[in-house]
Amino acid sequence: MPAVRVERRAEAKGLPARRPWLSPINQRRWQNFRANRRGYWSLWIFLVLFVLSLFAEFLANDKPILASYKGEILFPVLVDYPEEKFGGFLAVTNYRDPFIQEEIEANGWMIWPPIRYSYRTVNSEIPEAAPAKPSWLYTKEERCQRYEEGVDDPRCTIGNWNWLGTDDQARDVLSRVIYGFRISVLFGLVLTAASAMIGVSAGAVQGYFGGWTDLLFQRFIEIWSSVPVLYLILIIAAVLPPGFWVLLGIMLLFSWVAFVGVVRAEFLRARNFEYVAAARALGVPNRTIMFRHLLPNAMVATLTFLPFILNGSITTLTSLDFLGFGLPPGSPSLGELLRQGQRNLDAPWLGITGFFSLSIMLSLLIFIGEAVRDAFDPRKTFK
Amino acid sequence: MSEALLSIRDLSVAFAQGGEQTLAVDRVSFDIAPGETVALVGESGSGKSVTALSVLKLLPYPAASHPSGQILYGGRDLLAGDERELRRVRGNEITMIFQEPMTSLNPLHTIEKQIGEVLKLHRGMGDAQARARTLELLAQVGIQEPERRLQAFPHQLSGGQRQRVMIAMALANEPKLLIADEPTTALDVTVQAQILALLARLRRENDMSMLFITHDLGIVRKVADRVCVMTGGRIVESGPTETIFSRPQHAYTRHLLAAEPKGEPPRPDPNAEKVMEGERIKVWFPIKKGLLRRTVDHVKGVDGVDVTVRAGQTLGVVGESGSGKTTLGLALSRMIASQGEIRFAGARIDDRSFRQMRPLRRQMQIVFQDPYGSLSPRMSVAEIIQEGLRIHEPRLSAEERDRMVVDVLEEVGLDPAARFRYPHEFSGGQRQRIAIARAMILKPRFVMLDEPTSALDMSVQAQVVDLLRDLQRRHDLAYLFISHDLKVVRALANEVIVMRAGKVVEAGTAEQIFHSPKTDYTKALIAAAFDIEAVPGGVVSE
Repeated sequence: MPAVRVERRAEAKGLPARRPWLSPINQRRWQNFRANRRGYWSLWIFLVLFVLSLFAEFLANDKPILASYKGEILFPVLVDYPEEKFGGFLAVTNYRDPFIQEEIEANGWMIWPPIRYSYRTVNSEIPEAAPAKPSWLYTKEERCQRYEEGVDDPRCTIGNWNWLGTDDQARDVLSRVIYGFRISVLFGLVLTAASAMIGVSAGAVQGYFGGWTDLLFQRFIEIWSSVPVLYLILIIAAVLPPGFWVLLGIMLLFSWVAFVGVVRAEFLRARNFEYVAAARALGVPNRTIMFRHLLPNAMVATLTFLPFILNGSITTLTSLDFLGFGLPPGSPSLGELLRQGQRNLDAPWLGITGFFSLSIMLSLLIFIGEAVRDAFDPRKTFK
Repeated sequence: MSEALLSIRDLSVAFAQGGEQTLAVDRVSFDIAPGETVALVGESGSGKSVTALSVLKLLPYPAASHPSGQILYGGRDLLAGDERELRRVRGNEITMIFQEPMTSLNPLHTIEKQIGEVLKLHRGMGDAQARARTLELLAQVGIQEPERRLQAFPHQLSGGQRQRVMIAMALANEPKLLIADEPTTALDVTVQAQILALLARLRRENDMSMLFITHDLGIVRKVADRVCVMTGGRIVESGPTETIFSRPQHAYTRHLLAAEPKGEPPRPDPNAEKVMEGERIKVWFPIKKGLLRRTVDHVKGVDGVDVTVRAGQTLGVVGESGSGKTTLGLALSRMIASQGEIRFAGARIDDRSFRQMRPLRRQMQIVFQDPYGSLSPRMSVAEIIQEGLRIHEPRLSAEERDRMVVDVLEEVGLDPAARFRYPHEFSGGQRQRIAIARAMILKPRFVMLDEPTSALDMSVQAQVVDLLRDLQRRHDLAYLFISHDLKVVRALANEVIVMRAGKVVEAGTAEQIFHSPKTDYTKALIAAAFDIEAVPGGVVSE
């Protein structure tokens, strides 16, 4: 049993018998990524913001997170309770109603999220006609004047503040930014992931097989990419009811093309490498060669591209929303916020909020992208 | 030696990388007298090229630095000299020729322009003058029909001709010292012999000194008056060539001298089973022209070659670059399309598709020339070696596969504990062992070895040759051994075919080919390889 003997010897030497979970190349990349301080911090800030926005319902909502009513623990965030439960008559409870609030407070308690507005909650207690200024710009008397008991009303608390004011339909701007950030990033991520998958496969097939496949595919892409996407979306939006998935589908039709060029070039170059010839000589099927030997080469170029495509997708969605051809009316979206800012120049908090949330999000992503590019650059050396 | 032309005193070279200083050359001293040829010998990484490049301060400063030392030329210290002083010396009194003649010439300039530039720059010659001198130089370095070559671009010349042009450029200003950095390593043996003869003649005629950098001891013996043996950045031994070769003092020198591939090839056995047979193999690459891409002619890569490889035997395929050796091997392994009948273990395989070939692949393996290119940099050694097993033995469990990897690594002489590392952590020789392990784990019957030793240092070559012979004996393997290096072929092959321009010039047992070659071409090849003698007359390419 020579194998057993060898294993013992390896153990005796104390050498690692398992492979480390990050290969040395990836360890070096991670070091390079961390060496770019700006990108590294951007990644953390972005991750914190994104994870927070994933739990938007617990941050900004018009329902309490947790409530106790007559000895029963309720989860209004997760479960829709009919109003009958609290002595009302509506099918869905409106927890912002003073009557319901008093009823629950009298028979238990409830914990509200820090912001007591969802993205579509209309604040009926704003001190002046919508759009209302951020709450901290009003005196306490002004702020509470629409509540029944004025300054003494228990509902005139900091939880009911509109930190960034309201839009022209009296909806809380901060809440809409949180939800809008989430939908923008998710849209960008899904679109980027899907187009990367299609684009990389298409580029891989073209580059690997070359010849006629490559020629025909390239001509097709030339024609395809010359279709004016914006007009097509306008036409389709007139036919189909626009929504998250419809928009995603239409944009996916055209965005995958961006990946084909780089991946194809990498495959064309790498298919002549000697280790690919070695794999062919071992009898490895084409599919496996493409996945195991060639794809890692192309992934460097693709990953470098990714953050910029992500940014592009977010910007496209925002501009469609701005033009009114994007997500359905009422959806929280940064583009729609910008449009409100443009229409209500007398309410500068709308435009300023839209501008800052977009530019911070895009800048963070670009900084991360830069750091990723540095990390994958083999020639770049850091001190 | 007060009359030394160039005197290097305590020279050190350090490279800064990632905040660390690595010493590449460590306090090296030697002299070159006028008219003398000094050879710096060492394996790759010994610091010999770096030493030579420091003479003209051609290193990538400021990443490179000289912690100590002087380079005295005519009483001046070149290291301390400013850029202007250096420029007067560079290309004028000290010139240099490099290893790779293709990349050392500008591909966009004609020969006339490249040589003329040197003359105009240092001598202030006019166009007509420079042209006349260029013609003279080209004739001197043995380029035929120099008038026609003036307008040629580098890609229109052969490797040997390009190196001659480089030498012409180096000689243009009648330098006192010529530094030749592995000037013949990229050339065929026959061309190498011609270039060395040319350099020796020019040195005599022009009364130059020469600093010759090489890893090849055969060349050193041929050209050098004195030798400095370098390893690990130090000169471990220096002295007159005769003394070094007859009475080496240092252990490393003895190790280098003993490093030639040795040993006997397997005994010829005409009754052994025929594993691989090829009849009238042809690989023609079409030349297409015009709008309709009609085939107007063919490049005949391999043109009607018959081969037979028997179990436990080695067929050596030798020839200069471009003779079709590798193409023949690839055609036999069915990696490229070919015409003619190919039989593997008695069954015809030339009519099989790539997919139908797949089950046979485990019995016919290839080991490639470049151990750096043939291993995927993103896979660990274990993954690389297992790859064939996953295809051909999909039912094996992970533990069984791992055990086989460990066994095969032991067999090729590597520590099995290293199997989770990545190829870049290994030296060239170790990488080639990994490539051999990848082929051997499938227990093949036929292995095509495509110059498996030519990218390796001499002492490593000998080890790999021993390993290959050992594996062959144990597993009764049939080798098709492709090489331009006749010394390695002599140590491994018991049958040899000599190829030239796609055709077999001579075939026979190794005994016949090496001891009583029949054709002039084979004779020239053997003279060039073993005695580094150039054969006059148009027998070999230029």
